[in-house]
Amino acid sequence: MIEFRQVSKRYDSDHTALRQVNFGLERGELAFLTGHSGAGKSTLLKLIMVMERPSAGEVIVGGQVLNTLPRRQVPYIRRHIGVVFQNHQLLFDRTVFDNVAMPLEVMGTPARDIGRRVRAALDKVGLLSKEKMNPLQLSGGEQQRVGIARAVVNKPPVLLADEPTGNLDPELSADIMRLFTEFSQVGVTVLIATHDIALINDLGRRTLTLDHGRLMSEPGAGGGRHG
Amino acid sequence: MANDPRKPRSRGARSARSPWREQAESYLNHHRKVAVDSARRLWQSPIASMMTWTVMGVALALPVALMLLLASLEGVSAGWENSARVTAYLNDSVSIEEAQALTTRVADDSRVAEVELIDRDTALDEFRASSGLEDALDYLNENPLPHTLLVTPSENSRTADGVEMLLTVIEGLDGVERVQVDLGWLQRLNAMTDLLGRAVWALALLLAAAVVLVIGNTVRLAIENRRDEILVAKLVGGTDAFVRRPFLYTGAWFGLGGGIVALILLQLSLWWLSGPVERLAGLYRSDFSLNGLSVDGALALIIAAMLLGWLGAWVAVKRHLDDIEPGEIAGG
Repeated sequence: MIEFRQVSKRYDSDHTALRQVNFGLERGELAFLTGHSGAGKSTLLKLIMVMERPSAGEVIVGGQVLNTLPRRQVPYIRRHIGVVFQNHQLLFDRTVFDNVAMPLEVMGTPARDIGRRVRAALDKVGLLSKEKMNPLQLSGGEQQRVGIARAVVNKPPVLLADEPTGNLDPELSADIMRLFTEFSQVGVTVLIATHDIALINDLGRRTLTLDHGRLMSEPGAGGGRHG
Repeated sequence: MANDPRKPRSRGARSARSPWREQAESYLNHHRKVAVDSARRLWQSPIASMMTWTVMGVALALPVALMLLLASLEGVSAGWENSARVTAYLNDSVSIEEAQALTTRVADDSRVAEVELIDRDTALDEFRASSGLEDALDYLNENPLPHTLLVTPSENSRTADGVEMLLTVIEGLDGVERVQVDLGWLQRLNAMTDLLGRAVWALALLLAAAVVLVIGNTVRLAIENRRDEILVAKLVGGTDAFVRRPFLYTGAWFGLGGGIVALILLQLSLWWLSGPVERLAGLYRSDFSLNGLSVDGALALIIAAMLLGWLGAWVAVKRHLDDIEPGEIAGG
């Protein structure tokens, strides 16, 4: 579902964020992306989101080579990728419902389907009763779950998460991780960037480790495949 | 990729793709929603919106007012052109019979609608009656006035050029001493309205550009205010058109408000000026009147205003929206 072939990303002349990164993630696979801060985790996610383009190599998502994708096409790729951010990126001028509905509105989903699918997504993260509230009224963990509902509301085949548990206590983090596991069980490819080692060890999934832009060899490579 | 990899709990595993009819419907619904939402946002900051509308209204009302004035002036000169008459004074030696023959000859010309002969005695009587110089005229031994032909050009020849041509023809006739037509001031008025017309157009263009810039700047602020929303919309796969849409509607609504303010300003100043203008025209015995905008004109003004607002928004959107890319929000 996601494939990196010899991908390098150089920003300025001196700063190289990624060096010849190679890896592939299958459909329904859940993997962690880890490394020290500045190791290139965010850059890697941005390449998948087509927020950045690689300097060399190929990024392939869902069979599409993203390097040469025209700018016009980028939105349509993003509709197939759900993203969860550490700082949620929720909008506080509208309700929880409207926040979650955004990806559907962008796609031009008919109004009655929007209602049904937003409620399904909110139900999934256990926030169905709070659809009419403003995100500001919610706790940090709840806000994060709204972010997750928004990321999965249009059932994307790929789900990316950038430090999704960064500000949460261990119990809430475990909740969030359980959600991600459930998504992967129904076929979503999930990639979670985090430096929460405890979390990674708990789940025992495949882990991609970046060090100064280089991908470390994986111990027991491919062991994260989930049946 | 097109199939939903995630099986929902419910049985309705609907594909994300709906029939085109539904797509079109939801597209129109979205347009309606965005249009209403943009209008509501303007209402929510009434003072700021009112100020923008007023600026736009003034900028639009000024050239339109001048154009209306110009149209009224052109009406005046057209009226006078219609009544332009050529006066031909005959030689003193021409007898009344010869003058009558000449009258018939001129009347046969296709460029002439009507010829009136005023013989010297009638002319003297008229002059005596209207000038109040009766006593002085009594001292004269003989009538100093010649026979006179009053020639009205036919419909087709009632242009400055047509009259000019007729003038040379009549001037060339035997027995005609002098031909006179009072076109000078008409030509001057025409030249002036032409000049004024160009000046008004130049002014209108400048003010239209100003309107575009004002709206552009206002929309730029709106874009800044909604930066987060734009980022998220781009992040979840909103196309450029989707992101632009609310701002283009905002521009069009600014235009609508500006057009209405311009109409109100025009009506008010018309009402304010109509009394004095009538009095002035009365003093000049002119049927000159200031005409307001017709319904069509008002509609055209509002549509033009909305287009200008839309254009201004488009400029701002083109300049600033593309700069907002979600790349910056995913932290280091």
